[in-house]
Amino acid sequence: MLKGKVALITGASRGIGRAIARTFAANHATLHLCARGEATTRLAEELALEFGIQATAHLGDVRDADFIKAMLLQCKRAHGRLDVVVNNAGIIQQGLLGMIPMDQARATIEVNIVALINITQIAVRLMGPNASIINLASIAGTRGMEGTAAYSASKGGVVAFTLACAKELAKKNIRVNAIAPGFIDTDMTRGLTPEWYQKRVDSIGMGRIGKPEDIAGTALFLASDLSSYVTGQIIGVDGGMVS
Amino acid sequence: MNDNAKKLEQCFCAALGLTPEMVTDDLAYNSIKQWDSVGHMTLMSEIETVFDIMLDTDDIINLSTVAKARQTLIKYGVDF
Repeated sequence: MLKGKVALITGASRGIGRAIARTFAANHATLHLCARGEATTRLAEELALEFGIQATAHLGDVRDADFIKAMLLQCKRAHGRLDVVVNNAGIIQQGLLGMIPMDQARATIEVNIVALINITQIAVRLMGPNASIINLASIAGTRGMEGTAAYSASKGGVVAFTLACAKELAKKNIRVNAIAPGFIDTDMTRGLTPEWYQKRVDSIGMGRIGKPEDIAGTALFLASDLSSYVTGQIIGVDGGMVS
Repeated sequence: MNDNAKKLEQCFCAALGLTPEMVTDDLAYNSIKQWDSVGHMTLMSEIETVFDIMLDTDDIINLSTVAKARQTLIKYGVDF
């Protein structure tokens, strides 16, 4: 479904990013995988071997503007273009209002929204008609989530950024959409306290926590030409999460 | 006019659909209909491709005349 497309995925080494990378590889995309850990290199090698695709790892922090520029220049030199960008890198830190350290709040905004804006601004210069930008928002950003006010604010920013970009880029036929995952089984959510974890699971209509692959399927749809007339949408993938 | 100056002139011609005579030092962003915000991004992409660089966002914002384009490119190691 993605044969001939060049895709960049941030936060690709684990969780949702890793599942998206695997799904895109299975659908024959050429991949650029960005994350901080060495696991990214191993993932790129594994996917290249298993699916016979070209996969390149870029190790660095999405907040590092020079790293982002160098990575996208490498994409440009290798392919002359980018067809899909998945802005997935993100952090979550718990903290009830009044108990959120400001350095934590700043880091959340820096990673989840400022870095995303920077990547998108540069990446869009490599994108032509039928390209697709997929931002990972969150149900916290569309409805708010108790105990994660800073994270919710950052993801609300992702939602608004997605809607604005979709309007600006529609005339270039570049699509911009967001996925708003509910409660998904990743290292990030496993870091929550047991009480919060159970509370979240109890709020899911389908009665189970989501899998990273549940998100990857929606990302595949948004990356592929199946969604060629879909832009400016925030797609909830949450199993019927009610609160 | 050296090779890089010619290349830069060609960037403006290709990206904005101008003739070489129109590409003067004081030609400015938004002074002609071809160099609007959409044209600007096309121009930036053309300059990046021709000179094999990746411009900083701040440089893109400040690159508002042909003369400034040349000054910016000097920062990236392009000789004029």
